[in-house]
Amino acid sequence: MKSEVILHINGEQRSTVIRQADTLLVVLRHLELTGAKPGCLNGDCGACTVLVNDTPIKSCMMLAIETVGQEITTIEGLHDTAIQRAFVEQFAFQCGYCTPGFVMNAYALTTQKPDADEETIRKWLESNICRCTSYQEIEQAVRSVLVQKKR
Amino acid sequence: MIPFDVAYYRPSTIEEAVQLFSSLEAEGKRPLYYGGGTEFITLARLGRTFADAVIDLKSLPECRILSVTAHELTFGAALSLSTIEEANSFPLLTKAVREIADRTARNQITLGGNICGRIFYHEAVLPFLLADSRVVIAGKEGISEQSIHEVFEQYMRLSPSQFLVQVKIDAVYNKLPYVHTKRRQQGNTGYPLVTVAALKKDEKLRVAFSGVCPFPFRSLEVEERLNRKLPLDVRIANAIEALPSPVLDDIEGSANYRLFVLRHALLDVITALEGESA
Repeated sequence: MKSEVILHINGEQRSTVIRQADTLLVVLRHLELTGAKPGCLNGDCGACTVLVNDTPIKSCMMLAIETVGQEITTIEGLHDTAIQRAFVEQFAFQCGYCTPGFVMNAYALTTQKPDADEETIRKWLESNICRCTSYQEIEQAVRSVLVQKKR
Repeated sequence: MIPFDVAYYRPSTIEEAVQLFSSLEAEGKRPLYYGGGTEFITLARLGRTFADAVIDLKSLPECRILSVTAHELTFGAALSLSTIEEANSFPLLTKAVREIADRTARNQITLGGNICGRIFYHEAVLPFLLADSRVVIAGKEGISEQSIHEVFEQYMRLSPSQFLVQVKIDAVYNKLPYVHTKRRQQGNTGYPLVTVAALKKDEKLRVAFSGVCPFPFRSLEVEERLNRKLPLDVRIANAIEALPSPVLDDIEGSANYRLFVLRHALLDVITALEGESA
């Protein structure tokens, strides 16, 4: 079953035809928004993380049709944010495949939880997997943004 | 990718949801009530479930309630686990849901999805079993409120046309001493080897388990044995003899290993709740 829908993505309205069974990840990539990455497709790795109404969501685990009328933000919608700069400064990636998902999650964390304690940082970052094991650098990137915000 | 077509519906009232289910069934379709969708999408992708229509319950106001009064706490079934975690209105429930999956997944997984889904751990139900909660259920026959013990026996005994609307507990349970521990084979986000939730009411322990047997449970026989005035190791050994089914023996852990972990988890839980007197 197909539907013509309008999705609000990165501040733009995108009209597209989707299968009602399509996940958000599939639809985003058909719209050439390929920053959200297919990894496990099982909700485990977090490489496909995007924001729906500012909340991190694994886009492989949500039907695209559920997001009609909601605000979707993908990595293509972030431009020179503090967390993106911190990832570069802290060398918080190697192959980069997991990076968009980590950045989206970390962006939400640092903007919504500026007073996040160690436990909160750990709990949020557990949602993503980095096969290159850049975990320490990623955590440093998050911490550096939180420290900047407190200044 | 879901390898079959699904029609998506988002009703805005309970009556509309129930009516939709009936009319879709009458058309020969196989509808399914839909919460966060994580379990459905996971199992559908693997060919382990099928529905040709899903009825999304997240827009039903009754399913989105989180209310705290002096006498009662009400949790809507469509609340995400992270919403419950942030609200922290029932600390034992907060602890239980914080240990389910990971934070991003908890933004999507709903309370009703965890309790009523097919994946058998149902860890969010443990606090509600301990708190003698009441469940509000909607279906073709209307809306009813029942004790959770009448409806949850190994899993939620709902007919396909019924869905969970709310879970309610008396406010008194909110203030009781509690312990929750989840032991995994490895990592911090996976399924449990053993999860034990416990609280102490009227000087008696109440204990519920997930991961021990192929279903979550609270057993009055197990509790009675744990509350006997005997040495702690004897109480635990006696309680383990009364488990309601053989211990799980699967890829997460052998039965013997789970039993080893269970003994230690119970030791820690009881010691925490009874202190030196244990």
